Amino acid sequence: MTTPTQKKSRYGMVIDLDRCNGCGACMMACAVENNVPPAHREATDRTGITWLRVYRFNNGLKFPNNRSVFVPVPCQQCGRETPCVSVCPQQAVDVDPATGVVGQMPERCLGCRYCMAACPYHARYFNWWDAVWPPGMEKTLNPDVSTRMRGVVEKCNFCHGRLHAARERAAAAGRDTLQPGEYVPACVEACPARAIVFGDLNDETSEVARLARRPEAFRMLEQLGTEPKIYYLTRQSWVRKVSEDEVQMARKDQTHG
Amino acid sequence: MNRGLLFFAAGLLAALGIGWMGFPRMLYERIDQPLQFSHRVHTSEKVGLKCDDCHAFRSDGSFAGIPSVSKCAECHAAPLTASADEKLLVEKYIVPGEEIPWRVYSRQPDNTYFSHLFHVRQARLKCDECHGSHGSSESLREFQRNRLSGYSRDIWGQNIAGFSRGMKMTECSRCHAARGRSDACLDCHK
Repeated sequence: MTTPTQKKSRYGMVIDLDRCNGCGACMMACAVENNVPPAHREATDRTGITWLRVYRFNNGLKFPNNRSVFVPVPCQQCGRETPCVSVCPQQAVDVDPATGVVGQMPERCLGCRYCMAACPYHARYFNWWDAVWPPGMEKTLNPDVSTRMRGVVEKCNFCHGRLHAARERAAAAGRDTLQPGEYVPACVEACPARAIVFGDLNDETSEVARLARRPEAFRMLEQLGTEPKIYYLTRQSWVRKVSEDEVQMARKDQTHG
Repeated sequence: MNRGLLFFAAGLLAALGIGWMGFPRMLYERIDQPLQFSHRVHTSEKVGLKCDDCHAFRSDGSFAGIPSVSKCAECHAAPLTASADEKLLVEKYIVPGEEIPWRVYSRQPDNTYFSHLFHVRQARLKCDECHGSHGSSESLREFQRNRLSGYSRDIWGQNIAGFSRGMKMTECSRCHAARGRSDACLDCHK
């Protein structure tokens, strides 16, 4: 049977840290696309919801050698021993064999937050409060993404609603496979610096696969062996060092979990 | 006869009766459709309509589902028969241009993603593979609404005998498994 997902894809991203200027447009586009509600008034850096969060790192040197880097961190879409999948007691997380996307099912989640503890990247978020939309704003909700309730975990899924929509457009045109560029997450589209490139890593000719093979490319906490599908590019050696340094990442002012 | 056994049997029967007959009546609110409609009349040789004459794809590939009242009006601008329901259709809905508030048996929850495009256009499923004999039904059965969830009885749950009717996740996954579709939660959820 022909299905739109028969060809195995492995969607991934390359984020050029030397291009990112930390404007936060990707975070905003992500929240709007995925029906993330405005933060509760009691929400803190630890309890707010940001499927994609831009962290700032500093090399700690005095002027004129001081440097900062902004690192957008979505779910890293681990391809091997995906930590959140193996710990979930509910089977509420799975890796789509057809796309490699790590999917979270908030409706199945019982809210134990074991996955949040297991995630090496702090890329999972818990709904501490029910969503409250300012009057009128519920009319702007994206119908392709269902809203979540209090007590469940959610995370980036590469804008899965957009994948559905892209597949539908392809099917309407009589095709059963997607062409490169037909499916692009909201953050990629919103980035004014064109710092994020998205595509199929299995497709050797795609730009994302080409960039991921570059010597400047690295993945976060690569030594864990989780094979993330988010690659970062930088030509600055100190930035690369930050990514390998778990102690730096665990500093309280830089993480939320 | 052993008195104990008799009491046991009576208790069991009463419990089963409550569980199978009484409880569903309590849980599901029964609502009549706003109007009776016979699919059989419309698909009969005399009228000769096909499913997709009324339930059609739009030009962008999306599926229109239940037709709007303007579709009915194409034939029923004035009553064609002496049927009371047709009179109601014309007077209450077609003439004032009001949409008919149908209760949709298969309406899925917000977190379900489904596209007729993949199932009908690509996988070439026939309507009755999911909708059963609805297309040749004589009348519209009552709509059963779960008082707790608000959902139709046709879309969730299975009874103790494993018998289920309507469009439930078990039906979807059974068919997907039989056709060797690799499944991920987010294929059908959003």
